[in-house]
This record gives sequence, structure tokens and C-alpha cells, in this order.
Amino acid sequence: MVKIKFIEHCGQEHDVETSPGASVMLVAVSNGVPNIDADCGGACSCATCHVYVDRDWLERTGVINPMEEAMLSISTDRKDNSRLSCQIQVTEKLDGLVVTMPEFQF
Amino acid sequence: MKNNSDDHSKWSMVGKDPWSMPIEKIDLSHPGIWQANEFLPFMERLRLEDPVHYCANSAVGPYWSITKYNDIMHVDTSPDIFSSEPTIGIVDTYDEYTLPSFISMDPPKHDEQRRIAQPVVAPANLKRLEHLIRQRVCNILDGLPLETEFDWVKDVSIELTTQMLATLFDFPFESRHKLTFWSDAATAIPGAGVLSSDKERWVAMEECLQVFTGLWNERVNAEPGNDLVSMLAHGEATKNMPPMEYLGNIILLIVGGNDTTRNSISGGVLAINENPSEYDKLRANHSIIPNMVSEIIRWQTPLAYMRRTALVDTELGGKQIKAGDKVVMWYASGNRDSEVIDRADEFLIDRDKARQHLSFGFGLHRCMGNRLAEMQLRVLWEEIMQRFRMVEVVGQPKRVYSSFVKGYTHLPVKLHCLN
Repeated sequence: MVKIKFIEHCGQEHDVETSPGASVMLVAVSNGVPNIDADCGGACSCATCHVYVDRDWLERTGVINPMEEAMLSISTDRKDNSRLSCQIQVTEKLDGLVVTMPEFQF
Repeated sequence: MKNNSDDHSKWSMVGKDPWSMPIEKIDLSHPGIWQANEFLPFMERLRLEDPVHYCANSAVGPYWSITKYNDIMHVDTSPDIFSSEPTIGIVDTYDEYTLPSFISMDPPKHDEQRRIAQPVVAPANLKRLEHLIRQRVCNILDGLPLETEFDWVKDVSIELTTQMLATLFDFPFESRHKLTFWSDAATAIPGAGVLSSDKERWVAMEECLQVFTGLWNERVNAEPGNDLVSMLAHGEATKNMPPMEYLGNIILLIVGGNDTTRNSISGGVLAINENPSEYDKLRANHSIIPNMVSEIIRWQTPLAYMRRTALVDTELGGKQIKAGDKVVMWYASGNRDSEVIDRADEFLIDRDKARQHLSFGFGLHRCMGNRLAEMQLRVLWEEIMQRFRMVEVVGQPKRVYSSFVKGYTHLPVKLHCLN
């Protein structure tokens, strides 16, 4: 099993255990974690599953593809550790992953 | 611009049987079927029988209609195949009348200009605006008559969205109704009520440019503020815009921030009247409002379509689309696609995954003001439920003569108090 910690903008933490395979977005949505809207359902087409990846984990979440980069680039609250959680696949390597949600999803 | 008024009647589809007419004659761009509220079965037939449909003859020339959710998603997220240039409207533009704005630009210029305007709807501003929106909603609702018929469109939908727009531009508040007029003039079909000719439209647009140029000159010499005019005047990618591009972006922000929310405010009242059991659900549980807002936006789909132009030959749904072809994504149809949306033809305020609708578009051109629009609708409904047992629709709504702006010009209602 893989453990992921989701932290809301207000500081509220949500610890979720999951098996590898799904996206981080899907793990959040299917476990009732708030503040991940995922309006496009995981198609990398809206940027409403935006998260900030804890810096210790950033490299292990993989590279940002051009489509994700394009969607992130029009977000007003992008940071250098921004990712779209629908584009991060859960693997054993991510056991212990920590992500924080922005105040608003656009 | 060509006057196509003859063609509108020539190709009229109003009153025709959508299931027996030759399928190649179906023309969703005909404004008449939208005004007459007859568009749904035409879209349903296309989704079932010909989801990527070619209309060879219409008042606006030949075009493809994309009617299924996933095909629309594909077109919307493939800007390298389907361009937003030169226009996102179904009518081709001619150089001398072209109003450039970032909605009709591709990357990278689109991204640069959009980034300038986006902060107006960023979290810090949204929080500041919620309090103001609530004050205004309360003022408007408290001034309405009880048990007396009035026009919801004029007294609530237009009033609220116009006040909001004046705030976003820091536009002189007492002249705010000019914004409504310019918004209507920009998208109206000549002869359909708002104005009688394209020439009249350009008189209105020139007045708009003149007034906004005054505001620009005022703001460019002042400290940067957080209104849209100041942001454009000080933004690196926008501060040297030619006048027509400034006007184009202003019109985009006026129409985007006005017509759409206005018609969702009206459409929500109509939808919940047509579905009394949903009104009961709402009365029993006000916390359902945020979900209901998404469902209202899906149900209304205040902009029926966006147009793209194919940059290369491509295949979609087994059809060969050629470079240069006009491709129209019918959001109003994709939002009723039952293969993707469960019970798509029902208005369900507690629906699962209500946010997964097409009304804001997807990809780079996704609606910039979506959160502001949702907030306005949410606050309005929260305050309606604090005051009224029912906003009752007491007569037939009048709809806009347009296949683009899907909305209402008149919605007669009566308010009933809580007890």
C-alpha cells in the first residue's frame, strides 16, 4: 500500500492509503478529500486538481508534459512545485507523498 | 459584414420535424430554433445518427457540427489542430471589422494576454468580491416587490451582473447600463431587437472604445490598480495594444462577464420551476446550492458553442475534416450527451459529478471567470432561500435570437415570502 498525505489550504490534513496504479487526483476524489475538483475528469484539460508537491517528493513525481505545462501556465497561483494531480501516477516510489492544495481551484 | 437576413428565413428550421427532415439539412446555427427553444431534438438526432455532421448550406456558410461530449473535449484540447483564430464566432470576420482579443488567439500570444487579465479573478480578489456581491444581492432582492409580477431578467439578472461588471472595470457606477448595451450590441444579430444594422453596431463599439480609452488614459498615469482597465494598461503584454485590440479585449471581458452569468441567473429560476421536486430538495437542504450552481450552468449552457478552424487535414468520428474548415463545438449538445453524463436530460441539483460539464470549455481557453460566475450564482441562491419560499415563473420566457448567446430577454416571475 502507498500512503499519501493531502493538506488543505487551511492546514487540515487527510491521510489516505491506496494501491498503485491510479492518479493522485483519483485517489483524492475517491477518498472524499476536499479541494480537488477535477472538473475535466482527469484529461489534463482544466487545472482544477492543482496541488503543490512537497519539495522532497517533487523529483519522484515525474516530469511535466507540454499539455500540463500549458494548463499550469495560465493558473494565477502557480508555484515552482505546482502539479496537476491527475498527471501524477501513484507508484510504490511515492509511499509517503505529501501534497498541499491551493486556496482555490481554477 | 454581409447581411444574411434573407438567408435566415430561407433556411428556417423553426417548426420542422427534427426526426424526418433530411439530416444534411439540419443547421444548428439557425438562430430561430434557439429562440423558439426547438434546438434539443435536432442535437439529439445528430448525436445519435451523425455526431460529426457537415452542414454544406447555411446562412453562415459550410461548417462541421461536433455534438458529442468526448469529441468536443478532443477539439477543445487540440489547439495545434483546431485554431481559435481568426474568430470563435460562427460568422466569418472580415479584416476591417475584426476585433482581436485573446479568446480568438492561439498560443503563445493568447497565454501572454490572458495572464494579464487573469489576476482580477484570482483568490485575493475573489475573497474581496464575495462580501461586495452579497451586499449587492441583498440590496437587489430587498428592493423587489412581493406577490407582484415583474421581469426577473431586467430587475435581477441584468442588474446584478452589470453592477459586478462595473466593479471589475472600476467603471463609473451611474453609467453602468452602457456596459449592458455594449454587451448586447456586440453579439446581437441585426434586426433581432437590439440594433437594426451592423453600422449601428459599429457606432456602439466606437462609443465603447472612446469611453474606455478615457479610462485607460486615466489609469495608465496612475498607480497600478486591481481593476481590469488598469491591469491591461500596465501589463507588459498588453500595454502597447493597438486600439482595436484593446476594444476586442474589453468586449470579450464585457460579454464574458455579463451575458453568461446573466443567463444562468435567469435559466436557473426557469429550470427549478420546471422541476418542482428539485425545488423541494433545495428547500429541504440549502447546502446543496454549490452543487446546484454547477447543474444550472450545465443545464443553461449560456454560450451554446465555440468555433474553431482546422489548421490541417484531420479525421474525427470517421469524417475527413480539411484544413480551413469551420468546426463548431456545440457545448449545449455535449452537455446532454447521455453516454458521458448520467440522466443528461434531467435537471438534478444533487447530481454526482455536477462539475463535469462543458459550459466553461476545456483546455487553454477554459473560462477565466468561472469561479466568479459560480460565486455570484451561489450567493444569489443563498440569499433567495433566506427570503422567499418561491420565485415563481408566471408566464412564458422570451429567448434571445442567437445560436451563440443562449439566454433570455424576459422572464415574468412573482415572489412568495417564506411564511
